[in-house]
Amino acid sequence: MEDFIRLFLNVEVMLRTWPLLKQGLWMTAQLCAVVIGLGLVGGLFLSFLAMAKSRWLRWPAFVVIDVLRAVPPLVLLIFIYSGLPFAGLDISPFAAVAVAFFLNNSAYYAEIYRAGIQSIPAGQTEAARATGLTSAQAMAYVVLPQAVRNVLPDLLSNTVEVVKLTSLASVVSLAELLYSANMARSLTYNSSPLVMAALIYLAFLWPLVRLVSRYQRKLAV
Amino acid sequence: MTRPMLELVGLNKRFGDLTVLHDIHLRVGQGELVFVIGPSGSGKSTMLRCCNRLEEPTSGSVLIDGADITACSPRALNKMRLNLGMVFQGFHLYPHMDAVGNVMLAQVKALGRSKDEARARALEMLDRVGLRHKSDAMPSALSGGQQQRVAIARALALDPKVMLFDEPTSALDPELVGSVLAVMKDLRTSGMTMLVVSHEMGFAREAADRVIFMDGGVIVEEGQPEAIFTNPQAERTRAFLSRVRG
Ligand SMILES: Nc1ncnc2c1ncn2[C@@H]1O[C@H](COP(=O)(O)OP(=O)(O)O)[C@@H](O)[C@H]1O
Ligand SMILES: [Mg+2]
Repeated sequence: MEDFIRLFLNVEVMLRTWPLLKQGLWMTAQLCAVVIGLGLVGGLFLSFLAMAKSRWLRWPAFVVIDVLRAVPPLVLLIFIYSGLPFAGLDISPFAAVAVAFFLNNSAYYAEIYRAGIQSIPAGQTEAARATGLTSAQAMAYVVLPQAVRNVLPDLLSNTVEVVKLTSLASVVSLAELLYSANMARSLTYNSSPLVMAALIYLAFLWPLVRLVSRYQRKLAV
Repeated sequence: MTRPMLELVGLNKRFGDLTVLHDIHLRVGQGELVFVIGPSGSGKSTMLRCCNRLEEPTSGSVLIDGADITACSPRALNKMRLNLGMVFQGFHLYPHMDAVGNVMLAQVKALGRSKDEARARALEMLDRVGLRHKSDAMPSALSGGQQQRVAIARALALDPKVMLFDEPTSALDPELVGSVLAVMKDLRTSGMTMLVVSHEMGFAREAADRVIFMDGGVIVEEGQPEAIFTNPQAERTRAFLSRVRG
Protein backbone atom coordinates (compact mmCIF):
# COMPACT_ATOMS: atom_id res chain seq x y z
CA MET A 1 0.00 0.00 0.00
CA GLU A 2 2.81 2.31 0.93
CA ASP A 3 4.52 1.51 -2.39
CA PHE A 4 1.32 2.13 -4.29
CA ILE A 5 0.95 5.59 -2.80
CA ARG A 6 4.63 6.36 -3.40
CA LEU A 7 4.47 5.30 -7.07
CA PHE A 8 1.02 6.51 -8.08
CA LEU A 9 -0.24 9.13 -5.66
CA ASN A 10 3.02 10.83 -4.76
CA VAL A 11 2.09 14.43 -4.01
CA GLU A 12 5.70 15.53 -3.85
CA VAL A 13 6.35 14.23 -7.40
CA MET A 14 3.11 15.76 -8.62
CA LEU A 15 4.06 19.17 -7.32
CA ARG A 16 7.55 18.89 -8.79
CA THR A 17 6.32 17.92 -12.26
CA TRP A 18 3.32 20.28 -12.28
CA PRO A 19 5.12 23.00 -14.33
CA LEU A 20 5.72 20.44 -17.09
CA LEU A 21 2.12 19.25 -17.01
CA LYS A 22 0.89 22.80 -16.97
CA GLN A 23 2.65 23.38 -20.28
CA GLY A 24 1.09 20.21 -21.65
CA LEU A 25 -2.33 21.30 -20.46
CA TRP A 26 -1.87 24.62 -22.22
CA MET A 27 -0.95 22.82 -25.44
CA THR A 28 -4.01 20.57 -25.10
CA ALA A 29 -6.18 23.63 -24.55
CA GLN A 30 -4.84 25.31 -27.69
CA LEU A 31 -5.34 22.16 -29.69
CA CYS A 32 -8.91 21.80 -28.43
CA ALA A 33 -9.69 25.41 -29.20
CA VAL A 34 -8.48 25.06 -32.77
CA VAL A 35 -10.02 21.66 -33.47
CA ILE A 36 -13.36 22.39 -31.81
CA GLY A 37 -13.62 25.94 -33.15
CA LEU A 38 -12.75 25.05 -36.72
CA GLY A 39 -14.71 21.81 -36.46
CA LEU A 40 -17.91 23.58 -35.46
CA VAL A 41 -17.60 25.90 -38.46
CA GLY A 42 -16.33 23.28 -40.92
CA GLY A 43 -19.00 20.82 -39.79
CA LEU A 44 -21.73 23.37 -40.42
CA PHE A 45 -20.34 24.06 -43.86
CA LEU A 46 -20.15 20.34 -44.67
CA SER A 47 -23.70 19.80 -43.45
CA PHE A 48 -24.94 22.56 -45.77
CA LEU A 49 -23.15 20.89 -48.67
CA ALA A 50 -24.67 17.55 -47.71
CA MET A 51 -28.16 19.11 -47.83
CA ALA A 52 -27.59 21.17 -50.97
CA LYS A 53 -30.16 21.04 -53.76
CA SER A 54 -27.51 20.21 -56.36
CA ARG A 55 -26.37 16.62 -56.33
CA TRP A 56 -22.97 17.80 -57.55
CA LEU A 57 -22.47 19.36 -54.13
CA ARG A 58 -24.35 16.76 -52.13
CA TRP A 59 -22.62 13.67 -53.36
CA PRO A 60 -19.01 14.74 -52.80
CA ALA A 61 -20.03 15.98 -49.36
CA PHE A 62 -21.44 12.56 -48.45
CA VAL A 63 -18.30 10.83 -49.68
CA VAL A 64 -16.06 13.16 -47.69
CA ILE A 65 -18.16 12.78 -44.54
CA ASP A 66 -18.28 8.99 -44.79
CA VAL A 67 -14.58 8.58 -45.51
CA LEU A 68 -13.59 10.89 -42.69
CA ARG A 69 -15.79 9.01 -40.26
CA ALA A 70 -14.59 5.60 -41.41
CA VAL A 71 -10.85 6.27 -41.26
CA PRO A 72 -9.46 5.93 -37.71
CA PRO A 73 -8.28 9.37 -36.56
CA LEU A 74 -4.85 8.01 -35.62
CA VAL A 75 -4.37 6.63 -39.14
CA LEU A 76 -5.37 9.99 -40.57
CA LEU A 77 -2.93 11.75 -38.25
CA ILE A 78 0.02 9.54 -39.13
CA PHE A 79 -0.85 9.77 -42.78
CA ILE A 80 -0.84 13.55 -42.68
CA TYR A 81 2.18 13.87 -40.43
CA SER A 82 4.45 11.45 -42.29
CA GLY A 83 2.83 11.57 -45.71
CA LEU A 84 2.74 15.29 -46.43
CA PRO A 85 6.53 15.83 -46.19
CA PHE A 86 6.83 13.41 -49.12
CA ALA A 87 4.60 15.76 -51.08
CA GLY A 88 7.05 18.52 -50.33
CA LEU A 89 4.91 20.02 -47.55
CA ASP A 90 6.73 20.41 -44.27
CA ILE A 91 4.21 20.40 -41.51
CA SER A 92 4.64 20.95 -37.79
CA PRO A 93 3.30 18.35 -35.37
CA PHE A 94 0.76 20.89 -34.14
CA ALA A 95 -0.50 21.64 -37.64
CA ALA A 96 -0.66 17.93 -38.50
CA VAL A 97 -2.70 17.15 -35.41
CA ALA A 98 -4.92 20.17 -35.90
CA VAL A 99 -5.65 19.33 -39.53
CA ALA A 100 -6.21 15.60 -38.93
CA PHE A 101 -8.57 16.06 -36.01
CA PHE A 102 -10.28 19.04 -37.59
CA LEU A 103 -11.14 16.87 -40.60
CA ASN A 104 -12.29 13.94 -38.52
CA ASN A 105 -14.24 16.13 -36.18
CA SER A 106 -15.94 18.22 -38.88
CA ALA A 107 -17.46 15.09 -40.32
CA TYR A 108 -18.99 14.16 -36.97
CA TYR A 109 -20.23 17.66 -36.30
CA ALA A 110 -21.67 17.77 -39.84
CA GLU A 111 -23.81 14.70 -39.22
CA ILE A 112 -25.04 16.13 -35.93
CA TYR A 113 -25.96 19.46 -37.51
CA ARG A 114 -27.72 17.70 -40.35
CA ALA A 115 -29.84 15.65 -37.96
CA GLY A 116 -30.68 18.84 -36.07
CA ILE A 117 -31.59 20.86 -39.13
CA GLN A 118 -33.71 18.07 -40.56
CA SER A 119 -35.60 17.81 -37.27
CA ILE A 120 -37.06 21.29 -37.80
CA PRO A 121 -40.44 21.22 -39.59
CA ALA A 122 -40.56 22.73 -43.07
CA GLY A 123 -43.29 25.09 -41.89
CA GLN A 124 -40.69 27.08 -39.96
CA THR A 125 -38.69 27.84 -43.08
CA GLU A 126 -41.86 28.54 -45.04
CA ALA A 127 -43.14 30.98 -42.45
CA ALA A 128 -39.80 32.77 -42.51
CA ARG A 129 -39.57 32.88 -46.30
CA ALA A 130 -43.17 34.06 -46.56
CA THR A 131 -42.20 37.13 -44.52
CA GLY A 132 -39.47 38.01 -47.01
CA LEU A 133 -36.43 36.51 -45.31
CA THR A 134 -33.78 35.09 -47.64
CA SER A 135 -33.00 31.40 -47.33
CA ALA A 136 -29.77 32.26 -45.52
CA GLN A 137 -31.63 34.45 -43.04
CA ALA A 138 -34.28 31.78 -42.48
CA MET A 139 -31.48 29.32 -41.75
CA ALA A 140 -29.55 31.66 -39.46
CA TYR A 141 -32.37 33.12 -37.39
CA VAL A 142 -35.09 30.51 -37.48
CA VAL A 143 -33.80 27.01 -38.27
CA LEU A 144 -30.29 26.86 -36.83
CA PRO A 145 -31.05 28.18 -33.34
CA GLN A 146 -33.73 25.51 -32.93
CA ALA A 147 -31.63 22.82 -34.61
CA VAL A 148 -28.62 23.45 -32.39
CA ARG A 149 -30.78 23.39 -29.30
CA ASN A 150 -32.23 20.02 -30.36
CA VAL A 151 -28.82 18.44 -30.84
CA LEU A 152 -26.92 20.17 -28.06
CA PRO A 153 -26.32 16.92 -26.14
CA ASP A 154 -24.80 15.34 -29.24
CA LEU A 155 -22.64 18.37 -29.97
CA LEU A 156 -21.43 18.30 -26.37
CA SER A 157 -20.72 14.59 -26.38
CA ASN A 158 -18.77 14.91 -29.58
CA THR A 159 -16.80 17.73 -28.03
CA VAL A 160 -15.90 15.49 -25.10
CA GLU A 161 -14.66 12.92 -27.61
CA VAL A 162 -12.51 15.56 -29.29
CA VAL A 163 -10.83 16.53 -26.04
CA LYS A 164 -9.97 12.89 -25.40
CA LEU A 165 -8.85 12.50 -29.00
CA THR A 166 -6.17 15.17 -28.57
CA SER A 167 -4.22 12.78 -26.32
CA LEU A 168 -3.38 10.83 -29.51
CA ALA A 169 -1.18 13.77 -30.48
CA SER A 170 1.50 12.33 -28.19
CA VAL A 171 2.15 9.84 -31.00
CA VAL A 172 3.73 12.57 -33.12
CA SER A 173 5.61 13.97 -30.10
CA LEU A 174 3.40 16.97 -29.66
CA ALA A 175 3.89 18.00 -26.05
CA GLU A 176 0.27 18.03 -24.98
CA LEU A 177 -1.00 16.90 -21.60
CA LEU A 178 -0.53 13.14 -21.97
CA TYR A 179 2.87 13.48 -23.66
CA SER A 180 4.07 15.81 -20.92
CA ALA A 181 2.81 13.51 -18.20
CA ASN A 182 4.54 10.55 -19.78
CA MET A 183 7.76 12.53 -20.03
CA ALA A 184 7.47 13.47 -16.37
CA ARG A 185 6.97 9.80 -15.56
CA SER A 186 10.14 8.76 -17.32
CA LEU A 187 12.10 11.59 -15.70
CA THR A 188 10.95 10.73 -12.18
CA TYR A 189 10.53 6.95 -12.54
CA ASN A 190 7.15 7.50 -10.94
CA SER A 191 3.62 7.14 -12.35
CA SER A 192 2.05 9.89 -10.29
CA PRO A 193 2.20 12.44 -13.16
CA LEU A 194 0.03 10.11 -15.26
CA VAL A 195 -2.49 9.91 -12.45
CA MET A 196 -2.40 13.68 -12.27
CA ALA A 197 -3.04 13.93 -16.02
CA ALA A 198 -5.98 11.57 -15.66
CA LEU A 199 -7.35 13.69 -12.84
CA ILE A 200 -7.02 16.82 -14.97
CA TYR A 201 -8.93 15.22 -17.86
CA LEU A 202 -11.53 14.10 -15.38
CA ALA A 203 -11.84 17.54 -13.82
CA PHE A 204 -12.58 19.10 -17.19
CA LEU A 205 -14.68 16.40 -18.77
CA TRP A 206 -16.76 15.14 -15.89
CA PRO A 207 -18.89 18.33 -15.70
CA LEU A 208 -19.43 18.13 -19.47
CA VAL A 209 -20.46 14.51 -19.28
CA ARG A 210 -22.88 15.34 -16.44
CA LEU A 211 -24.29 18.16 -18.53
CA VAL A 212 -24.89 15.81 -21.47
CA SER A 213 -26.76 13.36 -19.23
CA ARG A 214 -28.88 16.10 -17.78
CA TYR A 215 -29.77 17.46 -21.20
CA GLN A 216 -30.64 14.02 -22.48
CA ARG A 217 -32.94 13.45 -19.56
CA LYS A 218 -34.56 16.83 -20.08
CA LEU A 219 -35.13 16.23 -23.81
CA ALA A 220 -36.55 12.78 -23.07
CA VAL A 221 -39.48 14.13 -21.04
CA MET B 1 -64.65 46.18 -59.35
CA THR B 2 -62.03 48.14 -57.44
CA ARG B 3 -58.36 48.05 -58.45
CA PRO B 4 -57.21 44.40 -58.47
CA MET B 5 -54.65 43.85 -55.70
CA LEU B 6 -54.16 40.16 -56.37
CA GLU B 7 -54.68 38.60 -59.75
CA LEU B 8 -54.10 35.01 -60.81
CA VAL B 9 -53.88 34.64 -64.57
CA GLY B 10 -54.07 31.20 -66.15
CA LEU B 11 -52.35 29.58 -63.19
CA ASN B 12 -51.35 25.94 -63.58
CA LYS B 13 -49.56 23.70 -61.11
CA ARG B 14 -48.44 20.13 -61.65
CA PHE B 15 -46.61 17.83 -59.27
CA GLY B 16 -45.08 15.34 -61.68
CA ASP B 17 -48.03 13.82 -63.50
CA LEU B 18 -50.57 15.18 -61.06
CA THR B 19 -52.29 18.39 -62.17
CA VAL B 20 -53.28 20.18 -58.99
CA LEU B 21 -54.31 23.55 -60.42
CA HIS B 22 -55.80 23.93 -63.86
CA ASP B 23 -56.03 27.33 -65.54
CA ILE B 24 -57.06 29.35 -62.48
CA HIS B 25 -58.23 32.92 -63.11
CA LEU B 26 -59.00 34.99 -60.06
CA ARG B 27 -59.10 38.69 -59.21
CA VAL B 28 -59.27 40.08 -55.72
CA GLY B 29 -60.03 43.81 -55.66
CA GLN B 30 -58.70 46.25 -53.13
CA GLY B 31 -60.43 45.80 -49.80
CA GLU B 32 -62.25 42.72 -50.99
CA LEU B 33 -62.53 39.50 -49.03
CA VAL B 34 -62.68 36.43 -51.22
CA PHE B 35 -63.54 33.21 -49.48
CA VAL B 36 -62.47 29.85 -50.89
CA ILE B 37 -64.17 26.56 -50.13
CA GLY B 38 -63.75 23.10 -51.56
CA PRO B 39 -63.06 19.50 -50.60
CA SER B 40 -59.72 18.41 -49.20
CA GLY B 41 -57.17 17.92 -51.97
CA SER B 42 -58.91 20.29 -54.36
CA GLY B 43 -55.84 22.56 -54.55
CA LYS B 44 -56.80 25.42 -52.20
CA SER B 45 -53.54 25.42 -50.26
CA THR B 46 -51.50 25.02 -53.43
CA MET B 47 -53.25 28.03 -54.94
CA LEU B 48 -52.38 30.21 -51.94
CA ARG B 49 -48.81 28.91 -51.87
CA CYS B 50 -48.38 29.72 -55.55
CA CYS B 51 -49.34 33.34 -54.79
CA ASN B 52 -46.11 33.94 -52.87
CA ARG B 53 -44.18 31.22 -54.67
CA LEU B 54 -43.71 28.94 -51.70
CA GLU B 55 -44.78 26.63 -54.50
CA GLU B 56 -43.53 27.46 -58.00
CA PRO B 57 -46.42 27.68 -60.47
CA THR B 58 -45.90 25.46 -63.52
CA SER B 59 -47.28 28.20 -65.73
CA GLY B 60 -49.39 31.33 -65.55
CA SER B 61 -48.78 34.44 -63.52
CA VAL B 62 -49.64 36.08 -60.25
CA LEU B 63 -49.88 39.87 -60.08
CA ILE B 64 -49.72 41.74 -56.82
CA ASP B 65 -51.00 45.27 -57.25
CA GLY B 66 -50.05 44.92 -60.91
CA ALA B 67 -46.52 43.58 -60.36
CA ASP B 68 -45.80 40.07 -61.60
CA ILE B 69 -44.31 37.98 -58.79
CA THR B 70 -43.83 35.01 -61.08
CA ALA B 71 -41.43 36.93 -63.31
CA CYS B 72 -39.00 38.37 -60.81
CA SER B 73 -35.48 37.57 -59.66
CA PRO B 74 -34.90 35.72 -56.38
CA ARG B 75 -33.80 38.96 -54.75
CA ALA B 76 -36.88 40.84 -55.92
CA LEU B 77 -39.03 37.92 -54.81
CA ASN B 78 -38.03 38.47 -51.18
CA LYS B 79 -39.13 42.09 -51.48
CA MET B 80 -42.37 41.18 -53.26
CA ARG B 81 -43.27 38.71 -50.54
CA LEU B 82 -43.46 41.59 -48.08
CA ASN B 83 -46.67 42.59 -49.86
CA LEU B 84 -48.31 39.26 -49.08
CA GLY B 85 -49.03 38.29 -45.50
CA MET B 86 -49.58 34.58 -45.04
CA VAL B 87 -51.30 32.81 -42.18
CA PHE B 88 -50.97 29.04 -41.95
CA GLN B 89 -53.22 26.40 -40.48
CA GLY B 90 -50.42 25.33 -38.14
CA PHE B 91 -49.40 28.87 -37.05
CA HIS B 92 -45.66 28.19 -37.45
CA LEU B 93 -44.56 30.66 -34.82
CA TYR B 94 -40.86 30.52 -34.05
CA PRO B 95 -40.78 28.57 -30.78
CA HIS B 96 -37.43 29.99 -29.66
CA MET B 97 -38.63 33.60 -29.68
CA ASP B 98 -41.24 35.34 -27.56
CA ALA B 99 -44.33 36.85 -29.17
CA VAL B 100 -42.80 40.25 -29.77
CA GLY B 101 -39.63 38.65 -31.16
CA ASN B 102 -41.74 36.68 -33.62
CA VAL B 103 -43.37 39.87 -34.84
CA MET B 104 -40.07 41.77 -34.98
CA LEU B 105 -37.82 39.37 -36.89
CA ALA B 106 -38.80 40.05 -40.49
CA GLN B 107 -39.32 43.75 -39.83
CA VAL B 108 -35.66 44.01 -38.88
CA LYS B 109 -34.12 41.46 -41.25
CA ALA B 110 -36.29 41.85 -44.35
CA LEU B 111 -37.68 45.39 -44.09
CA GLY B 112 -34.59 46.90 -42.51
CA ARG B 113 -36.42 48.66 -39.67
CA SER B 114 -34.44 49.53 -36.57
CA LYS B 115 -35.00 47.35 -33.52
CA ASP B 116 -36.80 50.13 -31.67
CA GLU B 117 -39.05 50.87 -34.59
CA ALA B 118 -39.79 47.16 -35.08
CA ARG B 119 -40.55 46.66 -31.40
CA ALA B 120 -42.94 49.61 -31.32
CA ARG B 121 -44.69 48.34 -34.42
CA ALA B 122 -44.81 44.78 -33.04
CA LEU B 123 -46.43 45.96 -29.81
CA GLU B 124 -48.94 47.97 -31.82
CA MET B 125 -49.82 44.89 -33.89
CA LEU B 126 -50.05 42.65 -30.82
CA ASP B 127 -52.38 45.23 -29.33
CA ARG B 128 -54.48 45.09 -32.46
CA VAL B 129 -54.95 41.33 -32.11
CA GLY B 130 -55.64 41.72 -28.39
CA LEU B 131 -52.38 40.27 -27.13
CA ARG B 132 -50.35 43.25 -26.01
CA HIS B 133 -50.24 41.72 -22.50
CA LYS B 134 -48.67 38.53 -23.91
CA SER B 135 -45.85 40.27 -25.74
CA ASP B 136 -43.09 38.49 -23.84
CA ALA B 137 -44.79 35.09 -23.71
CA MET B 138 -43.15 32.20 -25.54
CA PRO B 139 -45.39 30.47 -28.12
CA SER B 140 -45.51 27.30 -26.02
CA ALA B 141 -47.19 29.31 -23.26
CA LEU B 142 -49.96 30.53 -25.58
CA SER B 143 -53.21 28.83 -26.57
CA GLY B 144 -53.71 27.90 -30.22
CA GLY B 145 -55.98 30.88 -30.75
CA GLN B 146 -53.42 33.21 -29.23
CA GLN B 147 -50.63 31.71 -31.32
CA GLN B 148 -52.65 32.24 -34.47
CA ARG B 149 -53.29 35.85 -33.54
CA VAL B 150 -49.57 36.40 -32.98
CA ALA B 151 -49.01 34.86 -36.41
CA ILE B 152 -51.48 37.35 -37.88
CA ALA B 153 -49.67 40.20 -36.11
CA ARG B 154 -46.37 38.91 -37.52
CA ALA B 155 -47.77 39.18 -41.04
CA LEU B 156 -49.51 42.54 -40.48
CA ALA B 157 -46.39 44.19 -39.08
CA LEU B 158 -44.88 44.16 -42.57
CA ASP B 159 -47.75 46.29 -43.96
CA PRO B 160 -48.84 43.78 -46.61
CA LYS B 161 -51.20 44.72 -49.40
CA VAL B 162 -52.92 41.34 -49.33
CA MET B 163 -53.43 38.77 -46.59
CA LEU B 164 -53.64 35.06 -47.42
CA PHE B 165 -55.25 32.74 -44.88
CA ASP B 166 -54.98 28.96 -45.24
CA GLU B 167 -57.54 27.40 -42.93
CA PRO B 168 -56.53 29.67 -40.05
CA THR B 169 -58.98 28.15 -37.56
CA SER B 170 -58.95 24.47 -38.59
CA ALA B 171 -56.38 23.47 -35.98
CA LEU B 172 -58.14 25.28 -33.14
CA ASP B 173 -60.41 24.02 -30.39
CA PRO B 174 -63.95 25.25 -31.17
CA GLU B 175 -64.02 27.72 -28.27
CA LEU B 176 -60.88 29.47 -29.60
CA VAL B 177 -62.10 29.93 -33.18
CA GLY B 178 -64.09 33.06 -32.39
CA SER B 179 -61.12 35.11 -31.22
CA VAL B 180 -59.29 34.56 -34.51
CA LEU B 181 -62.36 35.25 -36.64
CA ALA B 182 -62.94 38.46 -34.70
CA VAL B 183 -59.45 39.65 -35.64
CA MET B 184 -60.11 38.75 -39.27
CA LYS B 185 -63.40 40.67 -39.26
CA ASP B 186 -61.64 43.67 -37.82
CA LEU B 187 -59.06 43.46 -40.59
CA ARG B 188 -61.78 43.28 -43.17
CA THR B 189 -63.48 46.35 -41.73
CA SER B 190 -60.23 48.27 -41.90
CA GLY B 191 -60.07 47.61 -45.62
CA MET B 192 -57.49 44.84 -45.90
CA THR B 193 -57.58 42.76 -49.09
CA MET B 194 -58.00 39.13 -48.09
CA LEU B 195 -58.03 35.70 -49.70
CA VAL B 196 -59.30 33.19 -47.16
CA VAL B 197 -59.47 29.41 -47.39
CA SER B 198 -61.73 28.19 -44.61
CA HIS B 199 -64.69 26.06 -43.60
CA GLU B 200 -66.24 28.76 -41.39
CA MET B 201 -69.38 29.30 -43.45
CA GLY B 202 -70.87 31.64 -40.85
CA PHE B 203 -67.86 33.90 -41.18
CA ALA B 204 -68.16 33.81 -44.96
CA ARG B 205 -71.82 34.90 -44.76
CA GLU B 206 -70.93 37.84 -42.55
CA ALA B 207 -67.67 38.99 -44.02
CA ALA B 208 -67.05 37.67 -47.52
CA ASP B 209 -67.69 39.66 -50.67
CA ARG B 210 -67.44 36.60 -52.86
CA VAL B 211 -67.23 32.86 -52.33
CA ILE B 212 -65.32 30.57 -54.63
CA PHE B 213 -65.88 26.84 -54.79
CA MET B 214 -62.91 24.79 -55.98
CA ASP B 215 -62.83 21.13 -56.87
CA GLY B 216 -60.23 19.07 -58.68
CA GLY B 217 -57.96 22.05 -59.27
CA VAL B 218 -60.53 24.25 -61.02
CA ILE B 219 -62.84 27.02 -59.90
CA VAL B 220 -66.21 25.40 -60.31
CA GLU B 221 -68.41 28.25 -59.21
CA GLU B 222 -68.22 31.70 -57.69
CA GLY B 223 -70.66 34.27 -56.46
CA GLN B 224 -72.15 36.16 -53.52
CA PRO B 225 -72.06 34.14 -50.29
CA GLU B 226 -75.86 33.98 -50.05
CA ALA B 227 -76.17 32.86 -53.65
CA ILE B 228 -73.54 30.13 -53.31
CA PHE B 229 -74.77 28.85 -49.97
CA THR B 230 -78.51 28.93 -50.60
CA ASN B 231 -78.71 28.41 -54.32
CA PRO B 232 -75.58 26.76 -55.72
CA GLN B 233 -75.71 26.20 -59.46
CA ALA B 234 -73.21 23.36 -59.92
CA GLU B 235 -74.03 19.84 -58.81
CA ARG B 236 -70.55 19.49 -57.26
CA THR B 237 -71.07 22.60 -55.13
CA ARG B 238 -74.40 21.31 -53.93
CA ALA B 239 -72.91 17.93 -53.04
CA PHE B 240 -70.04 19.56 -51.17
CA LEU B 241 -72.25 21.92 -49.21
CA SER B 242 -74.67 19.22 -48.16
CA ARG B 243 -71.71 17.11 -47.06
CA VAL B 244 -70.12 19.81 -44.87
CA ARG B 245 -73.45 20.72 -43.38
CA GLY B 246 -73.93 17.06 -42.45
N1 LIG C 1 -45.50 19.02 -52.56
C1 LIG C 1 -46.40 18.22 -53.15
N2 LIG C 1 -46.01 17.16 -53.89
C2 LIG C 1 -46.91 16.36 -54.50
N3 LIG C 1 -48.24 16.53 -54.40
C3 LIG C 1 -48.70 17.55 -53.68
C4 LIG C 1 -47.82 18.44 -53.00
N4 LIG C 1 -48.57 19.36 -52.36
C5 LIG C 1 -49.85 19.06 -52.61
N5 LIG C 1 -49.96 17.97 -53.41
C6 LIG C 1 -51.19 17.38 -53.90
O1 LIG C 1 -51.95 18.40 -54.50
C7 LIG C 1 -53.32 18.20 -54.27
C8 LIG C 1 -53.92 19.46 -53.70
O2 LIG C 1 -53.39 19.67 -52.41
P1 LIG C 1 -53.76 20.94 -51.55
O3 LIG C 1 -53.48 22.17 -52.33
O4 LIG C 1 -53.09 20.80 -50.25
O5 LIG C 1 -55.34 20.78 -51.38
P2 LIG C 1 -56.30 21.44 -50.31
O6 LIG C 1 -55.59 22.53 -49.61
O7 LIG C 1 -57.47 21.92 -51.12
O8 LIG C 1 -56.71 20.35 -49.38
C9 LIG C 1 -53.45 17.00 -53.36
O9 LIG C 1 -53.77 15.89 -54.17
C10 LIG C 1 -52.08 16.85 -52.79
O10 LIG C 1 -51.80 15.51 -52.53
MG1 LIG D 1 -55.14 22.76 -47.58
